[in-house]
Order: sequence, then C-alpha cells, then structure tokens
Amino acid sequence: MTGMNMSVLEARKGQVYEKGDGPFKLKCNLDSVPGAVSQRACVFCGSRVVLYPITDALHLVHGPIGCAIYTWDIRGALSSDRELHRLSFSTDLQERDVIFGGEKKLEAALLELIERYEPEAAFVYSTCIVGIIGDDIEAVCRQVSEKTGIQCIPVQSEGFKGSKRAGYQAACNALFRLVGQGDTSGISPHSINILGDFNLAGEIWIIQDYYRRMGIEVVATITGDGRVADIQRAHGARLNVVQCSGATLDLAKMMKERYGIPYIRVSYFGVDDMAEALYKVADHFQDESIKKRTNALVREELDAIYPEIVRFRQALKGKRAAIYVGGAFKAFSLIKAFRLLGMKVVLVGSQTGTKEDYEELEAITDPGTIIVDDSNPLELSEFLKEKRVDIFVGGVKERPIAYKLGIGFCDHNHERKEALEGFIGMYNFAKEVYSTVMSPVWHFVPRKAV
Amino acid sequence: MLNMTPKEIHKRKGLKINPAKTCQPIGAMYASLGIHNCLPHSHGSQGCCAYHRSHLTRHYKEPIMAATSSFTEGAAVFGGGANLRQALKTMFSVYKPDVVAVHTTCLSETIGDDLPTLIKKAADDGIIPKGKTVIHANTPSYVGSHVTGFANMTAAMVKYLAEKNGHSGKLVSVIPGYVEPSDMREIKRILNLMGVRHVLFPDTSDVLDAGQKGKFTMYPRGGVKVEELKSTGSSELTLALGKFASETGAQMLEQKCDVPFQVLDLPIGISATDRFIEALIDITGASPPETLIEERGRAVDIMTDMLQYFHGKKVAIFGDPDQVLSLTEFAVNLGMKPVHVLTGTPGKLFERKAKKIIGQAAESPNVKSSGDLFLLHQWIKNEPVDLLIGNTYGKYIARAEDIPFVRFGFPILDRIGHSYFPTVGYRGAIRLLEKMLDAIMDRQDRDAPDFRFELVM
Repeated sequence: MTGMNMSVLEARKGQVYEKGDGPFKLKCNLDSVPGAVSQRACVFCGSRVVLYPITDALHLVHGPIGCAIYTWDIRGALSSDRELHRLSFSTDLQERDVIFGGEKKLEAALLELIERYEPEAAFVYSTCIVGIIGDDIEAVCRQVSEKTGIQCIPVQSEGFKGSKRAGYQAACNALFRLVGQGDTSGISPHSINILGDFNLAGEIWIIQDYYRRMGIEVVATITGDGRVADIQRAHGARLNVVQCSGATLDLAKMMKERYGIPYIRVSYFGVDDMAEALYKVADHFQDESIKKRTNALVREELDAIYPEIVRFRQALKGKRAAIYVGGAFKAFSLIKAFRLLGMKVVLVGSQTGTKEDYEELEAITDPGTIIVDDSNPLELSEFLKEKRVDIFVGGVKERPIAYKLGIGFCDHNHERKEALEGFIGMYNFAKEVYSTVMSPVWHFVPRKAV
Repeated sequence: MLNMTPKEIHKRKGLKINPAKTCQPIGAMYASLGIHNCLPHSHGSQGCCAYHRSHLTRHYKEPIMAATSSFTEGAAVFGGGANLRQALKTMFSVYKPDVVAVHTTCLSETIGDDLPTLIKKAADDGIIPKGKTVIHANTPSYVGSHVTGFANMTAAMVKYLAEKNGHSGKLVSVIPGYVEPSDMREIKRILNLMGVRHVLFPDTSDVLDAGQKGKFTMYPRGGVKVEELKSTGSSELTLALGKFASETGAQMLEQKCDVPFQVLDLPIGISATDRFIEALIDITGASPPETLIEERGRAVDIMTDMLQYFHGKKVAIFGDPDQVLSLTEFAVNLGMKPVHVLTGTPGKLFERKAKKIIGQAAESPNVKSSGDLFLLHQWIKNEPVDLLIGNTYGKYIARAEDIPFVRFGFPILDRIGHSYFPTVGYRGAIRLLEKMLDAIMDRQDRDAPDFRFELVM
C-alpha cells in the first residue's frame, strides 16, 4: 500500500482496504473516533432528510435554533403543489426552557402552527437537548392531536443517540404511524410505492413518468414530493420499490411484516440499474403488456441518449474517478455509470455503509481500488492525490477539497441541481462529469503537487 | 406558493418562523478558524460539527476543518470527558494543530461537562503535547446567537493566552467583529495605512479566502498566531469593532491585563468608517495618509452621483446586529428611509441604538431584536419597501413581494464571490453603493414600459 499508511489514522486502519491487499476485511458501522474530522452527521440529520420532502406536513424542530436553521430548505426536494416543508419552524429553546422544560412552549407552537397552516399532519423532531431535559414530546403530540384533529407525530431523533442511520429508523417509525389510515379502494392491482427517493431536482417525476408509461399506478412517493394522504393509503399498493442505501428500507420491512407487501431494492442511477429497476418491477407483476411496454420504454430512452453517451465516452475514456457518498448503495450504480463512460473508479467510500454493502463493493471494483468507511478530509485528500484522480463525487463538504487539489467535482448529494436519476439522468451525469473534468479552468491551476 | 406569510400580525408564543439567527457554536467555530494552525473542536454530537462545517462551506466555498467529540448515549449519561481526552489524542497525533479551540454545544452544556477541569487534567496527563495549546469557550446554543458564540470564543483567546509583560510598544489590539475574511484583510490594510501597530484577532483572512495552489492543506497560512495573542495582554488599547461581536473579548482583556478598550461601530458606511479613522488618529496623533483621504473622496463622490436615486427610498435591513446598525446609519446618510430594521440576535440595546440612528429619517420605523423573517415579511406586507438588504434567507421575501434585494451578511448560500470583497471601510462603502443602486436600477429597467425605458439613467 503505497503511502497509504501515512494518511490513515492508526485507529482507522480497519476501515480502509485496498483491493488485492490480502483477504477482504473492512470494519464498518462503528462510532467515529472522537477527534476525527468526520464527514458524518447525527440522528436528527437522518430523520430530517427523510421526512422533510413531505410537502403538506408541518415540520417543527423542538430545540435550540441551530438544528432548524441548518436544515432549512437545504435539500432541493421539489414539490408539485404545497411548499410548507420549505419553511423553518423552531421552538428556539432558551435557557429557562432548559431549566423548566419546553413542553408548554412546544404545545403552544404546535397549536399556533396548525391553526395557521392547516397541515395534513405534523412531525415534531426532538433534538439532543430534548433528550436530556426529558420533554415528553409523545404526550404533547397526543394532546395536540386530540385538540386539533391533526395527527402530530413525534420523531425521536436526539442527535447523540446514534448515527444518521439511526435517524432513518426514527423517520421510518414516524412514517409507519401514518401508513394504514387511508382508504385503499380503487387502487390498481398493478401498483407500487416509490420509497427512498427525495425528488431532488425533480427526479421522482422522471421515475413516476416511467411507471405511468409502463401501466403501473404509483400510490405514494416516499418521501419526494410526498403527501400525507398518499402515505396513509400506501398499504394499498402491491409492491414497495425501495431505492437508496436503506433510508426507507426499515419502512418497507415494517410494511411487509404488517401488511404483507413485498419489497424490492432498486437504483435509478445509471442505465444498467435504471433498466434493471423497471424490469424487476415489470417481472413482479407477471403481466405481458406491462413487460412489453417496459421493453419499449427502455429501448426508446436508451436510443435517445446513447449517441450522446458515446460522444462523452470518447473524451472521458481512461479518466479516474473517486466516490465518497453517504450511503454505499449509491456507489454501486456510480461505479457502473463510470464504467459506461470508460472511466476507472479508484476510490470508493461511504459514511454509513454496512458489511454487505462493502462486500459487494469489493466484488465489483477493480484491483487496486481503495475502499473506505467513515473517512475524513486528510485521508481523502491523500488518496485523491495518490490515485491521481480526475473527478471526485461527493457532497457539500467534499467539493472545496477537490477544487483545492485541482480535481473536478460532481455533487451527487443534496446539492445536485440536475436530475441524475433515470436515463436522462445518465446523460445529465455524463454531461456534468465532462464539464468538470474537461474544464479549461484546470489549465490555470498550479501543477498538481503529488 | 412559497409566500405563506399573512399580513396580519399577532403575538406569537415561543415560536420562531424562518429564523434570523443561528446558534452559538458556529460563531465559535468561525472565530477559531481565525487562529493560525488551529483546529476548531465541537464538544457534542457529530451532527453539530457536520452542520456547521456544511453551512460555513456553503458560505465560503472553502474546506472547513473541525473535529467533534462524537457524543453517543454513553457520553450523554456519563459525561463527555472520555470523549474529549480521546479527541485531543486523535487531533494532536493525526491533524497536528498548534491550537485546539474547543467550544461546547447545548448537549455538553446541559450534561454539565466542566471544560476547564477536563482540559487541565488532559494537560497534566500529557495528552496535550508540549508547546501545543488548548483553549475553550462555553457556547450553549440556547443562549444568544452565533454572534454571541463568536464573541465568547474571541474572549476565550484572551482568557487563555493574553499575557501582560509591561512593554506596550504602542501595540493596539483590534477585534474586527463577526465579519468576512476580506473585511479583516481590509481593516488590517487601513491599520497599516494609518501606521497603527496592531494585533487583529480573530483573523480569518488567508484561511477562508485562501488561493488555489493545487493542494489541500488543513491549515492555510492565515490566522492570528499564539505569540500575537499573548502580546495582546501588553497592548495599550483594544479597539472592539461592533459591540455585539467584539465587546466581550475587549472586556476580558481589560479584566485580565488592564488593557482599556473602546467600542466602535463596525466601519461599514461612511460615518462609521470616519469614526474608525478618527479613533486611529487619536491613537497615533498622525494625520491619515493621502491614500485614505482619496479613498474617502471617491466614496463621497459616488454618493453624490447617486444621491438622487437613493433619496427617500424605503429600505428594510436585517442580519447581525453590528452590521445592521452600521448599514442603517449608512442608509440614513444616503437619504434613505430605513423603515424596517431587524436582527435575530437578542439584545434590547440594538433596538435603542437603531431607533436613535434612524431618528427622523423614517416615521415610526419597525425595529426589533430577537426577531425572525416571518415578522419582517409581515412588516413589509404592511409597509412595502424599495430595497431589501440581508442574508440569503431574504430571497423568499424579495420574491414574494417582488423587491430588489442586496445580499449582505452571513450566510450567503446562493451566490459565489461575496467573501472576497470587503464591505468595511471606504472601499467597502463603494461596493455597497454599487450593489444597492444596481439592484434598484435593474428593477427600474425591468419594470419600465418601452416608452419609459431609457438608455441614459
């Protein structure tokens, strides 16, 4: 492992692996080492990103002001109708509330907000401090629900009670309270819920359109462009189609247990995975006309973008990519997408990958690829230099690091502005990769200091 | 659809809608980044640190380095002492900072971690290597705002490091306020032009506006050095620019090392910059150099060129208290009417000062501390304005009410480049003038029917 030792914390050695370097072993799902400049977030963050795209619900953050500010409209989760999710509501806890408790304040805030905005439901997020001072948000939610007739759902998302992944679970628990309340009559036997898509840059609309063209009814979009009433009747769908690294997988599991709804896991990134997702759904329903329509759809969409992809590939062939994302599941698709562009993935990592995720990554990557769990900027920058990377795919905190190194960057996280899902998403992705890797600006950057 | 604010105002109980402040720790983190070779450390859950880093990254478009104690349930029950010790070991062995600046969070404050004792013990046990420094500030998120956090961390620099050696050598300590790296650079330039020997702290210039060098460094070359912070104890005077962000540090320096201090308004706009220069003249006894006089002349020249367009225009200003007060004064200087003036940071003093500054310039203006943008929007619905000035979050109001909008303050999340241009000093005033009038005239062009659409304006 050339030069790798210098950049890896002693305590983190088990969380870094270079393919071909002995038998595969990678520790993951560990708490971060205190003192590390970790790229990870907290339970609250996990819950908030999952639930926030529900556009007609009230999202009230119970805590000091910061938690509300840092999650105020930061993720481009688009809505086709209401925009209530894009406002920021906080109980703005003060010192006296920390001493005497914040329940009264919470109740007053909830009552006022419900009266003003007439939401379909209200989510109340608890933050670190609420867990310490012991406000009973469950009880407050119950009282306000009774008073107003609007369901108020506590989200147990105290930041310190685990990682972002624990926040996904808390969000799924909250969602599961809604499921099962709506009328399911009239739902087609060929129906699904879309889980784990947050409608960034309007992506869920692309996917919904595919399903519509296949002849499949989408009951609820969870949670991108989400509606409370749709989620309440989500148990009427015949299949849950789950995307992403498991932000909403727990919900699918709970719905399978209680309502017997099967689920499949898919990815909408890259042409292979996008096509496979649609075929899987078509196969599930065992309906010849759906299959036929699906085949036609895939062919049509591929034909539309393929010449463009070939053009990009000619320019990008042989370029080297690094991937560091929140959940590992996305990385699988990205590896395939880069291959389609003739590029080589030399580093792949995630904040919250599981053992199974990393085993699969090991299986599909080329020898010499570095696989890393819960990395930090120093480590990442060393690997980027060592592997002579041309483009780095990551989130908001990674972008300036890539730029400082003189490396192209693509945000595949909250801040993507172009839809990257679907067949058209592959085209957008290729275009974005091309524009950053081939930018003339890099000519003005000092020679990369390797 | 985003316009969901009703015109009618009624009293709210303990609820903020679309806040106009954020929490202390991010201000402390920003201040810490203004120390040379310093790694800010967030003593709390991982999320706080990640959020602050993301938020600062979105504003500065620079890598923001900070570590966290990564609290878990165990830490919440048994205290975060063990996490802090492990964190210090990790930071000094891996990231090798000269200084670690620890700030607390609502979590570590509420469970009652005793930072001074924990840090002393870590030093006694050899966890803090020789020659390295650890400082801390208490920054509970449920008190004050990000501005308070900045002030507290600045005070911590003094508390831990300032030393009195009896030889002043005409050194002046300058606390620049919670301003941009470019502003700190500009304040230093003015101090140098005026021949004032100074230590400016914190100083984020060359940290958060570092150039592209083809490599990533944990610690860009800027920041106030520990030796310089020590020397503040021997300075003959502290100039605290902006009461809310800078007075706490100046008071600490007086308390610890008997250094008298003077609180000035942030030198934004012509009057406040004049007062800043006058204070520097008082210190050195020398007249300002020709360069500065010419800069002032250019600023005033542009003000005269523009006066007919600004006169009588209604403006709403919101943001951090020190910035808002100086900018409000600038608006009054231009003949504008600041009809709505608001900060999210608590402090009745803000309201008194703002009212005094506005004086007769606007009839019964709306002025509020601890306000939020929901209230500001309601005010504007009741009394529309010609111009809105504030941070990125103002864009919702600007769109809903179709008002020209100038981005100013922290944070700006939707534009790039702002952190490279100062708004302090005469040069800063020139930039503000251009931005403000551009916004107003762009609107005039956009709205003009063909027959009123003019080439020469």
